[in-house]
Amino acid sequence: MARFDLEKTSLRELNAWLHGQPDAHVAVLNPAGRHNIAVGVDAETDIDIEGHVGYYCAGMNKNARITVHGSAGPGVAENMMSGEVRISGNASQYAGASGHGGLLVIGGDASGRCGISMKGIDIVVAGNAGHMSAFMAQKGHLVICGDAGDYLGDSLYEAVIYVRGAMGLLGTDCIEKKMSPAHKETLAALLKAANLTHPVEEFRRFGSARTLYHFDIDNADTY
Amino acid sequence: MLVQMSDRGPDSAGVAIYRDPVDDGYLKLSLYSAAECDWSEVRDRLQESFGKASGVEPRASHAILVAPVSNALIFAWLDEYYPALQVMSVGSAIEIYKEKGLPRDFVRHFRLESLAGTHALGHTRMATESAVTTEHSHPFSTGLDLCLVHNGSLSNHNRWRRRLCDEGIAFQTDNDSEVAAGYMTWRMQEGDSLHEALQHALEDLDGFYTFAIGTREGFAVVRDPIACKPAVMAETEDWVAMASEFRAIAQLPGVEQARIWEPEPATVYSWGS
Repeated sequence: MARFDLEKTSLRELNAWLHGQPDAHVAVLNPAGRHNIAVGVDAETDIDIEGHVGYYCAGMNKNARITVHGSAGPGVAENMMSGEVRISGNASQYAGASGHGGLLVIGGDASGRCGISMKGIDIVVAGNAGHMSAFMAQKGHLVICGDAGDYLGDSLYEAVIYVRGAMGLLGTDCIEKKMSPAHKETLAALLKAANLTHPVEEFRRFGSARTLYHFDIDNADTY
Repeated sequence: MLVQMSDRGPDSAGVAIYRDPVDDGYLKLSLYSAAECDWSEVRDRLQESFGKASGVEPRASHAILVAPVSNALIFAWLDEYYPALQVMSVGSAIEIYKEKGLPRDFVRHFRLESLAGTHALGHTRMATESAVTTEHSHPFSTGLDLCLVHNGSLSNHNRWRRRLCDEGIAFQTDNDSEVAAGYMTWRMQEGDSLHEALQHALEDLDGFYTFAIGTREGFAVVRDPIACKPAVMAETEDWVAMASEFRAIAQLPGVEQARIWEPEPATVYSWGS
């Protein structure tokens, strides 16, 4: 197993090594809230980060399985393409923003704008998710096992949201929808992938009412 | 913590530290002199006016004045003898030091390692909308033993500055954060508690902001309803810390055991009061 101690090795050295498509298991020590750790990795590798990370950790991740044993700063797993990113603690704002694929699991709470503009990523939050989560989310799933903050799913496209806890105000054009057996199956698979055991019956599903897809002449006066 | 935040705010740094509270009947002021100042001359004159228990303790471009005076009396005295000196803070425990330049230089220049107190607020500034001067630096005094630091930008500060001037609040700069400080001073003059003043600020101040407010007993944190400007909290049995990001907190002793979390938007948090 390769080990990088960020007190001794520069971040650039670590990221350059990760970009060399390593297949080894990598441990990153003493992250101390540094920014841009393990950004742009494109390799089937396991990366364990032992501590709290700063901005943009695991951004643009492809294929790698990255675990943060701690909390993450803003923009964790931003624009992820595939692979897995797991945060044992809390994640700051816009976790998983604009992600195209892969799985992001947040063991604690997610802050505001979690999954903003997500484009296919699956995000599972074991705790609460903050305000404006899944804003303009286009594709993928956001599972919130705790409470959802205000304006959930505002201007939502076709991403699907599942919430187990209390709801804040719903965002514009976001509505509750029926849970079909297919939805329960999808949800169960996501919870399993996140190592969570909540019964799917405890969740409600939210999606787009699709009233913003086309211009409505009755709204002309609003502008 | 300040040095860790250097790349977020490289142009000036400041700190408000709460320490060595003065006895009842005394006031403690932080003074700043833009030009060279003979502080021993200030001390002699102060002792002549208010007795030997008064004192002036210089620290770089600043000095701490302690005297058995009322607010009105010491301001009148300063106006008469030292109109060029600027008052950075007034209270019983607060001391404010701030200066242009890199946080590292500030820490060294003001010998911060020699200061100990119950709590402190620091700020490193990256100026976006007003000049880089000592006066434009944070923290800003907001009344007796109160101060404010701000990350963000207020969009209605000109209107509020005019209104607050009408209410008798004085401003040293055209800085938007100073308006937030002046707003807090005004609200509390009107009888608001700190908590009420911050609730009113949420309604009246437009723009984006994370504020940290220092009080005699502790500090408070509030973020605007959109909460784009970052804030992270860390709490242990022994201490509580707030910063723009975890890097600043990572250096604190016992941080491995700290609970790390983020303040909610439009919510007032306070510790110690």
